[in-house]
Amino acid sequence: MATGHEAAANAPNAGEYVVHHLTQLNTSGHAQTSIIDFSIINLDSVFFSILMGVLGLFVMWRLAKKVTSGVPGRAQAALEILVEMVDSQAKGIIHNKESRHFVAPLALTVFVWIFLMNSMDFLPVDLLPKFWQYASGDHHAYLRVVPTADLNVTLGMSIGVLLICIWYNIKIKGLGGWVHELFTAPFGNHPLLYLPNFLMQMIEFLSKTVSHGMRLFGNMYAGELLFMLIALMGATYGVSTGMTGPLLWIGHILAGSAWAIFHILIVLLQAFIFMMLALVYIGQAHESH
Amino acid sequence: MNLNATLFAQIVVFFILAWFTMKFVWPPIMKALDERATKIADGLASAERGRHSLELASKNSAETVREGKVKVAEILAQAEKRAQQIIEDAKTQAKVEADKVVAGAKAEIDQEAARVKESLRERVAELAVAGAEKILRREIDAKVHASMLAAIKQDL
Repeated sequence: MATGHEAAANAPNAGEYVVHHLTQLNTSGHAQTSIIDFSIINLDSVFFSILMGVLGLFVMWRLAKKVTSGVPGRAQAALEILVEMVDSQAKGIIHNKESRHFVAPLALTVFVWIFLMNSMDFLPVDLLPKFWQYASGDHHAYLRVVPTADLNVTLGMSIGVLLICIWYNIKIKGLGGWVHELFTAPFGNHPLLYLPNFLMQMIEFLSKTVSHGMRLFGNMYAGELLFMLIALMGATYGVSTGMTGPLLWIGHILAGSAWAIFHILIVLLQAFIFMMLALVYIGQAHESH
Repeated sequence: MNLNATLFAQIVVFFILAWFTMKFVWPPIMKALDERATKIADGLASAERGRHSLELASKNSAETVREGKVKVAEILAQAEKRAQQIIEDAKTQAKVEADKVVAGAKAEIDQEAARVKESLRERVAELAVAGAEKILRREIDAKVHASMLAAIKQDL
C-alpha cells in the first residue's frame, strides 16, 4: 500500500470489511449460504475452542498435579480461590452431594473455558486473520478467532447443559416420575391440563437453552462487531483527506482502549453468568414441582 | 450466524473437557483444600490444648508455691520453738550445775567449819586445861583430874 489512493482502490469498504471478518472459516471452502447446513463445520471455531479448552485445562491440570495441602504458592492460591468460588456457588444451588462431583467440575470447566474463549476478543481484530491470510497464501481467507461469537459454539454448550438437565431429571425423579412431571406441572394434575403442562414444559426447556446460548453469543458478537467498527476508524488514516484521518485514528485509540477495558468486565461477567445459569438449570432438574 | 455441525463438535468437546476436569483437575485440588482444613483444625485444637495445659501448669505452680510458703512458716515456727526449748534446757542445766557447785561449796565450808570447830575445841580444851592448870597448879594434879577434864572437853 504505497499511496492512499491505491489503498482506497484496493481496500474493501467498511461493509465488506465487517462482513469478511464475520465469516467463518469452514469445511465448505466458501462462506456458508444457508442458515442451517449440518454438512459444514466451522474450522476456526472448533480450533480456537479446543485450543482454549486445552490451554485452560492444561494449566489447571499442571497446578492440580503438584498441589499441596501445606502453604500454597501464588498460582495454587489463585486456582484455589477460583475452585472455592465455583464450589461454593455449586453448593448453594445444587444440594445433591453426588451430583456435585460432576456438576461442580463442569461449572469450573465452563467458567474457565468461556472466559478464555471470550478473551480472544482482546487480540487485535486483524492480527490472527491477517496472519492466517499470509500463512495460507489466500488473501481473502476467512478466520474468526472468538469462538463464543459463533452461535454454534454457545448453543452447543447450552445444549450440553440441556442434556445434563435431562439426565439428572431422569436420574433423580426416574423416567416415570419425570414424564409424570412433564404432564402435571406447572399448572396441576388434571387431564385437561396435560397438554398445556407439556407445552409449557417444552417451551421452558427450549427458551432456557436458546436464551442460555444466545445471551453469551449476543454479548460476544456485539463486542466483536464493536471492535471491528473501532478498527475501521483507525483504517481511515491516510485514506481520508485533511484532519479526518488523524482524528479518527486518535478516536480509534481512545474508543479501542475504553471498549477493551469495559470488555474485560463483559468477558468475565458472561463467563460467570453462563456458569451460574448452567448451575441453576441443573439445580432445577433436581427439584420436583 | 449460521448453524452447522460445529454445534455437535462443541457438545462433544464440552463433555470431554468437563470429564477431564472432573477426573484430573477437581479432585486433587479439593483433596488439598480438605487436607489443609483438617490441618488447620488440628492446629487450632492443639493450640487450645496447649493453652489449657499452660493454665493447668500455672495453677499447679501457684499451688506448689503456696504449699511451700506454708511449710516454710511451719519450719520456722518449729525452729523457734526448738530454740526456745534449747535455751530453756540450758537454763535448767545451768541452774542444776550452779546448785551442785553451791552445794559442794557449802559442804566444803561446813566441813571446814567442823574442822575449825574441832581444832578450836581442842584449843579451848587445851586453854581450859592450861587455865585450870594455872589455877589449880598447886592443888590439882593434871593426871589425877584427867577424866574430869575429858568430860569438860566433851561438853564443849
